[in-house]
Amino acid sequence: MAKVVVVTSGKGGVGKTTSTAALGAALAQSGERVVVVDFDVGLRNLDLIMGAERRVVFDLINVIQGDAKLTQALIRDKRLENLMLLPASQTRDKDALTGEGVARVIAELRESFDWVLCDSPAGIERGALLAMHHADIAVVVTNPEVSSVRDSDRIIGMLDSTTERAERGERIEKHLLLTRYDPARAQRGDMLSVEDVLEILSIPLLGIIPESQEVLRASNVGSPVTLNAPVSAPARAYSDAVRRLRGEIVEMTIPSDKIGLVARLFGRRVA
Amino acid sequence: MNGFLSFFRKRPTANLARERLQILLSHERASAGQEGLVNTLREEILAVIAKHIHVNRDQVQVKVERHGEASILEIDVTMPVHRMTLPT
Repeated sequence: MAKVVVVTSGKGGVGKTTSTAALGAALAQSGERVVVVDFDVGLRNLDLIMGAERRVVFDLINVIQGDAKLTQALIRDKRLENLMLLPASQTRDKDALTGEGVARVIAELRESFDWVLCDSPAGIERGALLAMHHADIAVVVTNPEVSSVRDSDRIIGMLDSTTERAERGERIEKHLLLTRYDPARAQRGDMLSVEDVLEILSIPLLGIIPESQEVLRASNVGSPVTLNAPVSAPARAYSDAVRRLRGEIVEMTIPSDKIGLVARLFGRRVA
Repeated sequence: MNGFLSFFRKRPTANLARERLQILLSHERASAGQEGLVNTLREEILAVIAKHIHVNRDQVQVKVERHGEASILEIDVTMPVHRMTLPT
């Protein structure tokens, strides 16, 4: 049974697209058939983060309006053959994204893939609501920062009230993905801690992605961080999150790139 | 010595962030739930009134005001004086 996952946050710039690409690639690496879908009509960026920006011919809107078949719009990843991208359009006409059209595309994707990852636009408008509407699972991306936590709380409320599952009286599975986390600053009391955010939002934790230079480096070259720097701290954190998404029990850690003095002497990384 | 050092050290701020969020979100969650309730009430009250009187949507105001422990439901209907007849 295919699983539809929405990667959402309310606030912009917290790492939705980065996380969609990283989770999608890690899922594909574990052998699953994965499609990542960009819902940010007018401001698409998943193509750029995936390094497929020059291969976009047709997009989600073309498929919805019947100008292209789904198979024509899907772009196969150059590194992983079981990873596909469905880009958003750059048109400014957001009304082209219809509820009925999205339902049709998601239903069709469910038939050919194990995982459908929907990269939501920021905000609480139509695009964000459509991205979450058909989801079985929501990954709520949050930074340890007041405005991000507040907006995540709002999005969690909407997941519980406006999605298809909520309308059927079913529960939507919600997971917190805490990104740009700095354990040292949290330790000093200058950043909300994992416990603080969990206590406030009270949804289960999927993973903690540490702040890392590798995320920007990966986006510079157009490769998901899980493929570009697989042993880096954020990549290991994303890979752990994917194992949890697949139902494995994985101990919660905050991977680190920092090399301690003792470890440096012995030439080892501190996990 | 400790006192001397803490003079230079900045105070941790995460506690304040957590407390501000907890207060803010307890309000926002309550009002988000209430917004749904008020909308439902407005629609159903409008339907009942429409059975008997011709009124426009903007002539019916439904408000919930919180006063400490209790809430007051306020329904304000502007009725046309000369046309208080049953709709045909």
